[in-house]
Amino acid sequence: MKLIDDVIVVHGLTKRFGEFVAVNNLDMNIKSGSIHGFLGPNGSGKTTAIRMMCGLMDASEGDIHVLGLSMPEHASQVRDQVGYMTQKFALYEDLTIKENLRFIAKVRGIPAALAKERLNAVMIDNDLVEYQSQLAGSLSGGQKRRLAFSAAVLTEPRLLILDEPTSEVDPNTRREMWAKFFKLASVGTSILISTHLMDEAERCHYLTVLNDGIKVADGKTDQLKNEFSHQVVLVEGENVTPLTDSIMQMKQVLAVAQSGLVLRVIVSKEEADPVRIVSENIGPKFSVRKIKATIEDVFVAATQTTKCRLDKE
Amino acid sequence: MNRLGFNKGALSRVTAIFVKEFIQLKRDRLTFAMVVMVPLIQLLLFGYTINTDVRHVPIAIVDQCQTQLSRQFIEDIKATQIIDVVKFFDSPSRIMEAVRAGKVGAGLLIPRDFEKRYNDKNNDPLAHFIVDGSDTVVAGALKALRAFPFTQSSSISADQIPHTIAVELLYNPEQRSALFTVPGLLGVILTMTLTFFTAVALVRERERGNMEILIATPISSMELMIGKLIPYMVIGLIQVSLILLLGHFLFQLPFVGNFGLLYFCCMLFIFANVGLGLLVSVKAPNQLGAMQLSIFILLPSILLSGFMFPYDAMPQAAQWLAELLPMTHFIRLTRGILLRGAQLGGLMPDVLFLLGFFLLTMLLATILFKKKLD
Repeated sequence: MKLIDDVIVVHGLTKRFGEFVAVNNLDMNIKSGSIHGFLGPNGSGKTTAIRMMCGLMDASEGDIHVLGLSMPEHASQVRDQVGYMTQKFALYEDLTIKENLRFIAKVRGIPAALAKERLNAVMIDNDLVEYQSQLAGSLSGGQKRRLAFSAAVLTEPRLLILDEPTSEVDPNTRREMWAKFFKLASVGTSILISTHLMDEAERCHYLTVLNDGIKVADGKTDQLKNEFSHQVVLVEGENVTPLTDSIMQMKQVLAVAQSGLVLRVIVSKEEADPVRIVSENIGPKFSVRKIKATIEDVFVAATQTTKCRLDKE
Repeated sequence: MNRLGFNKGALSRVTAIFVKEFIQLKRDRLTFAMVVMVPLIQLLLFGYTINTDVRHVPIAIVDQCQTQLSRQFIEDIKATQIIDVVKFFDSPSRIMEAVRAGKVGAGLLIPRDFEKRYNDKNNDPLAHFIVDGSDTVVAGALKALRAFPFTQSSSISADQIPHTIAVELLYNPEQRSALFTVPGLLGVILTMTLTFFTAVALVRERERGNMEILIATPISSMELMIGKLIPYMVIGLIQVSLILLLGHFLFQLPFVGNFGLLYFCCMLFIFANVGLGLLVSVKAPNQLGAMQLSIFILLPSILLSGFMFPYDAMPQAAQWLAELLPMTHFIRLTRGILLRGAQLGGLMPDVLFLLGFFLLTMLLATILFKKKLD
């Protein structure tokens, strides 16, 4: 098996549907053995980009190399080595859990004896044993996601591409699924995972943020937070909600979001004293202090900067 | 190569597809019911109701002659069983009213000078039929009575022999429509069910979102097509057996031909229909579109293949079109094997057409099927 540094290398990837540009000149690298988050709002082009990487769609422009093989020329070899979990449940609702997994095992050419062993292993791993004879259509959203994940990992692929794998699952199941992702990454499996959930993005080793088909941020997750160019201040006090509009009117403010009883305010990097200008705007009844940026702040700043500027102009 | 290093065989993938299709078909009760009920219902409906032997047309009579000879004429015409006399009127205008009202299919007017016309022998018609021409089949049967040979006594003298044409029927001597219909019905039922089933087979996977996971696997287009073909081949063979058995027990369909040859031809026809269905499924935008496209195939198959109307009576252009339909060739094959006991040698052109049609449609379906979502 050829060892490579980057399991996916994408350069200048563009996808057009008529006049609409779904993915625009995307460059990204996914390091071997890492969990790489693909973060972006709904409709930002994540699924389209993933489909092109899996060879399910042709790119309008650009180069894609998956596991060292150029796409779409080597699509069949790539498909053989990649586990793919679709955003929408795509297995057969009129087959049982076991029948679906058996079908995937056979289509992927796992010998019968080994298939039985793998089926049992993935069903145990994903708490599906007691539902194995239940039709997939009758499963809950979380169970369906676990089944789809089981099918994706059945062949123990080198590269897993998971399109919003934890949507529709409860927090405990999400935590368990992430434990599995880390376990797989620890044995060398590379994982590309698309999400719009911030707590998931925080867990990734690397992140690429996509907005309207354009890459707006890219890098190590910690690095993105630490090197966040703007400033974040926290506004605390009684009933902070009415302050949102007036803070948002400030020229230096990029975004305001309420989190529980406090407001998180992203202030432009050009502002020398963000605490002072926000305090002056809201009065003495509220306390303002500077805090460290989170991935949500990175995401909001990256995806809303353009919009805010246009709104304020 | 994945980490487990499997031996990735095409056979395994094809098996996976057809096993999946079988399980899905088994669970889809509506489809499963169609496999059995469509042949059963159609065979009973068509077998018992489609009857081109016109019998017992209700007619009204106005006998203005009222003589022994006119009464004998009426009895002789009744004896043909083509007509049933349901009314006697006293004026021709009542006949017109009854025909117009649809109470009778025709009226027979026997004029006052009926005996004179009979004795004159100057080719004047003996009587007049007033026929409802809106039903061309009934009208045709009554028009045939024009040549009805009427003589006064059972002993006919040499100069009285009417000019009639002797017809000897080699096959289906009783001219029972059911014997003619059942082999044709094999074609209609197989076309209807198999083209419909397979036309939605791929497009349904696309609509339900299954195609995304399917094309993300190493399965090739050809493997997918073959995997889809096998279950429908089995369904088709079950339907053939069902129709033949019902045809035999309900309509005394004779099995004079080579049974193996019949099944071989049925198999070719099943393949041709499945190939066509898959081609439709590859190009159809959705399940509704697939159904509509299937109707485009089914209608000409029923109307032009010789199942409903005689092939020889169709205009040349319609015959050319009919030659492109698998059902035209299949009807020739089944009627030939089942009713005439024909052998492979004489059926070769139709056999080769079905084989070529299957190979062409499968090839096109495989080429046109894109393992892509865009």
